[in-house]
Amino acid sequence: MMDILNILLSESFWAASLRIATPLIFGVLGALICERAGVLNLGIEGIFVVGAMCGWMAVWLGAGLWGGVLVAALAGAFFGLLHAILTVPLGLSQHVSGLGITLFATSVSYYTYRTALPNVSSPPRIEPFQPLDLPILSDLPFLGSVLFQQTALTWLALLLVAVVWYVMNRTALGVAIQAVGDNPDSVDAQGLSVYALRMGAVAVGSALMALGGAFLTMSAFDAFFFGMVNGRGWVCIALVIFASWRPGKALLGALLFGAFDALQVRLQTEIGALVPGQVFLMAPYILSIIALVIAARSADYPRALLTPWFKGQR
Amino acid sequence: MIRIEPRQTQSRAFTLGVPILSAVIALAFAAIPLLAAGANPIAAYAEMYRGVFGSVFAFSEVLTRATPLIFTGLAAALAFRAKLWNIGAEGQLYLGAMAAVAIGSGVLDVSGILLLPLIVVLGAAAGAAGMVAPTYLKTRFGADEVVTTLLLNFIILIFVQMMLEGPLQDPMSLGWPQSAPVLEQGMLPPLLERMRVHSGLILALILAGMAQFMLARSVWGFRLRAVGENAAAARHAGINVKRSLYGVAILSGGLAGLAGVSEVAGLKGYLTADLSPGFGYTGIVVAMLAGLSPVGVVIAALFIASVFVGADSMSRAMGVSSFLADLVVSMSLLCVLVGGFVARYRIVRASTARAAS
Repeated sequence: MMDILNILLSESFWAASLRIATPLIFGVLGALICERAGVLNLGIEGIFVVGAMCGWMAVWLGAGLWGGVLVAALAGAFFGLLHAILTVPLGLSQHVSGLGITLFATSVSYYTYRTALPNVSSPPRIEPFQPLDLPILSDLPFLGSVLFQQTALTWLALLLVAVVWYVMNRTALGVAIQAVGDNPDSVDAQGLSVYALRMGAVAVGSALMALGGAFLTMSAFDAFFFGMVNGRGWVCIALVIFASWRPGKALLGALLFGAFDALQVRLQTEIGALVPGQVFLMAPYILSIIALVIAARSADYPRALLTPWFKGQR
Repeated sequence: MIRIEPRQTQSRAFTLGVPILSAVIALAFAAIPLLAAGANPIAAYAEMYRGVFGSVFAFSEVLTRATPLIFTGLAAALAFRAKLWNIGAEGQLYLGAMAAVAIGSGVLDVSGILLLPLIVVLGAAAGAAGMVAPTYLKTRFGADEVVTTLLLNFIILIFVQMMLEGPLQDPMSLGWPQSAPVLEQGMLPPLLERMRVHSGLILALILAGMAQFMLARSVWGFRLRAVGENAAAARHAGINVKRSLYGVAILSGGLAGLAGVSEVAGLKGYLTADLSPGFGYTGIVVAMLAGLSPVGVVIAALFIASVFVGADSMSRAMGVSSFLADLVVSMSLLCVLVGGFVARYRIVRASTARAAS
């Protein structure tokens, strides 16, 4: 018990939690925007891969780090737009289209990587984002090392939580996006374009998802590996239900998840001899299922989620 | 002003033509990544063709590759018919494979002739069990089965690695994470001498035929389709929706489990954690290309298997990444989706539509 307490009080534990949570914050926010507009985006797993690959490759080819972030976001938006075209004006199955986007985006990324680097044994590295070392603030006890030693991308994720909250709850655009996910007819009656709102939301949400992937290759690690996304996208789809489609709760969910994940890594070194290591590797996925089951009954799904809408048809 | 409206009649030409055209278009699109890799597309297609039809052995490899895809394709097709989104065939495949090596490597003292049937039945049961849990969470707690089955894939794969480093590890494997081999009498017999194609294919074809018949002709098939088309109406008509869902979940999981059985007891002989290169996920593409028809699944599985085998041999000959096959497979899924739209709807100018009505 003392051990757990020691872990929970350590700065490195909370710093690690925030680091693990960062790609999930991007992903959950992205999924939240898509689903609030009424479109489930199962392309998320593949869009993470695209973001990870494109961001890394742009930097490797000589773009700056922020240039890489921009390339990742645009690539994510591109695949998001593809999903949006298939599911919004064409009204095709959001489940199947999303899975198709994941398969397509993943294979495009893998093929591009292999074609650009046919015979590398160890993946080439880039100079990733460094922790933001702010003069006085970083020297603060506890908070200094938890918050002010994260990279700029973690800060961007935290900033985006606030931005998404503000846009969703305090602007006309946010109200329209939520309305288009609940009752598209009412939006249409006001003379707004249901198609444009939904497609725009999916493109922007997908760009955020790609940033989650970019964090992996440009901040958490410094290279691209096959299979490195490893289900993080699917975890986000579970977390967004847990978060009831609210940005604040999305941050909380991602942080809780990060904390559990950081805890299991540390427990592994403490009691690893007693339990096979794989039990700890399973924990994040089991946690996601538990979170989903807890939240599912009371989940207040956007009412028009999964329902296509066609102009002029009621 | 343009408008989208449903077609009055659904022609048979569309039902058959759309998947075929989608496959052709996806293959044609592959010219872009081929050119990007600096390869001559014509030469590449010729190489792929040779890799598939170049010899009896080449084509037997396609049949070998198609076998697990028929099982996972059927698993997806049946579940999707009932709008039960089982994306967990990959995990269920591994459950079936684990059961097959656990029983087949001589743990149970089963007399020779009974071993193979036992492996098949328990392998299917293990796969089915893997689908019962998400169905319970769906019907009891309303937890979306898409997410639970997807996450279970990861959990099961880690569990397989754990078993292969623990109870299921072959003591003779020198620490390599690999199971003990399935006993000779537990193996699915090969179909052709000196080739890898095995009788798992026959089992897959029989099950596809049975699924086709049951879907089209049986009361069970009618109920399943009714639940898929409109669960509320089905419930109103007195159909026990929950029971239908469990039924199709067990069948779907069982079929995916058989894919694992067939790979282990028909092809590899033992289990490693890289048994399946995504057969479960590819099964979804197979099912969609097949228009969720069991007989169509067989044809679609042959097409997808040809793409993989052809791309493999093209990749060896021309040095183009074999991820090209995954690209073609994913593009054919997107093409068939759009094709399905073209078959069901037509785009009309609003003014002419008004004039016509």
